[in-house]
Amino acid sequence: MTLLQFIRDLFKEITKGNKAYFVWLGLLSIVMLNALVSYIMQLNNGLIVTHMRDQVSWGFYISNFTFLVGVAAAAVILVIPSYIYHFKPIKEIVLFGEMMAVTAVLMCLMFITADLGKPLVAWHLFITPNFPRSILMWDVIVLNGYLILNTLAVFYVLFSAAHGREYKMVIMWPLVLISIPWAFSIHTVTAFLYNGLSSRPFWNASITAPRFIASAMCSGPALMILVFQIARKVSDIVVNDKAIFKIAELIAYAMGINLFLYASEIFKEFYSQSIHLAPMEYLFFGLKGHTLLVPFTWVAMVFNLTGFVIFMSPKLRNRFLFLNIACVLVFIGVYIEKGMGFVIPGFVPDTLGEIYDYLPSYIELSLSAGIWAFGAFFYTLLLKIAIPIYKGELSFLSHNMRHSLRDLHKPAVH
Amino acid sequence: MNRRNFLKTAALGVGGILLPAKDSPASVWDAFFQKYYREMNDKEKKDVVARLEKEYEEKYKKHIKVKTNAPLPKVLYGYGLDLSRCVGCRRCVYACVTENNQSRNPQIQYITVLQFEQGEKWVSDLEESNKYYNPETVPAPEHFYMPVQCQQCEKPPCVKVCPTQATWKEPDGIVVVDYNWCIGCRYCMAACPYNARKFNWGEPTIPVDEINTETHYLGNRPRIKGSVEKCTFCIQRVRENPGRYPACVEVCPVGARKFGNLLDPESEIRVLIETKRVFRLKEELNTQPKFYYFFSL
Repeated sequence: MTLLQFIRDLFKEITKGNKAYFVWLGLLSIVMLNALVSYIMQLNNGLIVTHMRDQVSWGFYISNFTFLVGVAAAAVILVIPSYIYHFKPIKEIVLFGEMMAVTAVLMCLMFITADLGKPLVAWHLFITPNFPRSILMWDVIVLNGYLILNTLAVFYVLFSAAHGREYKMVIMWPLVLISIPWAFSIHTVTAFLYNGLSSRPFWNASITAPRFIASAMCSGPALMILVFQIARKVSDIVVNDKAIFKIAELIAYAMGINLFLYASEIFKEFYSQSIHLAPMEYLFFGLKGHTLLVPFTWVAMVFNLTGFVIFMSPKLRNRFLFLNIACVLVFIGVYIEKGMGFVIPGFVPDTLGEIYDYLPSYIELSLSAGIWAFGAFFYTLLLKIAIPIYKGELSFLSHNMRHSLRDLHKPAVH
Repeated sequence: MNRRNFLKTAALGVGGILLPAKDSPASVWDAFFQKYYREMNDKEKKDVVARLEKEYEEKYKKHIKVKTNAPLPKVLYGYGLDLSRCVGCRRCVYACVTENNQSRNPQIQYITVLQFEQGEKWVSDLEESNKYYNPETVPAPEHFYMPVQCQQCEKPPCVKVCPTQATWKEPDGIVVVDYNWCIGCRYCMAACPYNARKFNWGEPTIPVDEINTETHYLGNRPRIKGSVEKCTFCIQRVRENPGRYPACVEVCPVGARKFGNLLDPESEIRVLIETKRVFRLKEELNTQPKFYYFFSL
């Protein structure tokens, strides 16, 4: 058996599937192609095709980036129970969590690239890095490091499986031990990116990093619960209900902490009534008749609170209907709260007191949709090849051996 | 957008990715791999300037001189703005645009003049300001004005955050940008407390007959789409020897703008700091501006 043949097998795996599989990939491709058109227009005309301006100089791209760093970091919520506490149901699926982290980091990097005025010269970052002074440089380092760590972990587990053997903890341990603090670091550094700017009182709050971590532990796992359920419907991946309910329980705690931290911030601003209340006022009630973000803020608030109530009750969260509703609510809630709901008020009012109402342009929306579609596309293909490798159906072993192995797994029917 | 335009755009886009082919390959290559300004030696600076001047000549059919004057020794520039005199006429704004070759469309201006109603809060809360005022004559009754531009901080937050070191503080205190080295991440814009940094959201355009042909590499040379720019105290003027005043100082009809060397005890700026009531904007952020607001009356 050669590598070439194995790659051919992988390719075969990707190109076979039912109608739904190809319709899904086809739809995602259309969204991606549309995004490519938008990106080409943006490259040609400049970022003027977005609705960002000097007053609000970061917008939808950076909001999505911030949210997705959280999704990437959330893989840790599977890594800790599986490797530290050896919780078997989660250990069986930790690989798929790490694959989600890889996907999310790739999407982060794409969102950053989409936001650059001159993406072609991004290599300047590596010639004269402003390290350690610029937190953005830190972010480049921790994100790429996290990408490498998770890629290695996924690759090693699949590589072992393809050779028909268990992965060795001697190799996994260092990866796991580094990746746990590293997961926290990517979101902490991303929070510090904003946190360190004294020019923007809304971001310049010490609670930003803890809030980021807490909300990441809600949105990421919520997405995982939804995706894993879909995956086990459409493929022969096994996801134990116990794993899902454990993750749901963890979301309950994380959301509790998240709401508490958010409430602390809301209290501080509204009670002390300093001039730095303005961005918060803009979010919740609008400022001088500018109420663009108000409905979004309240939707997020209601969604997060409702989701929290469902997650808190074991009776509710252990029923799939309620669990899934709660996951969708929390995912959308955090997406708003930590995306546009966090980035935009940093710029409103701007440093000279002007209020510029920002909502993304069509180009921003379509390009962002394309990056999300890429994530879904990439993750689908990853699952498509990872599941058979993981189950020993696709491997380096000879065809005969593989068949006999598979027969061993099958219950005897006589 | 019709199909033909779309295809044209698409083709240009692909071309943009694969580097433009219509220019001579050598100069395109040189432009793309142009070094970081602070790492160029004198010969490299000369070559880059020659290439840029050629590029500009092709584009504007005019010779545009690009200087690379180094900072003058024992000079630290400081700026004074007399709030008692400013009448809000915005001549500084327009003189700055012409002098510094800012893009006219999309419009970029380094100076923002804020108008306040008398009795309204100001200084530390700028939310009651109006920068879009447009009366027949100025000053409008019962109003006063506060122009804001780059404060040339001694501890510039924009420099601290730039991931590529494309912006830095020169020994004479001016915060400059290497437009070619900037990657357009706009982190500096988020970090600046004075809204002093402006981004080229689109392709900058200047009417050919209005171009100022006396330029500096770190100042008013024609700009690039996708990079950040800012006030440089008219680096192309103040680094001459003898130095010239920045355009805004020169044009101000009421003499509200003062400029000089902070290291020279005899300079006008030093005298006014020592004898007038001065304040600096957003002092609480400790950015230590070299831009002093004062009251002569």
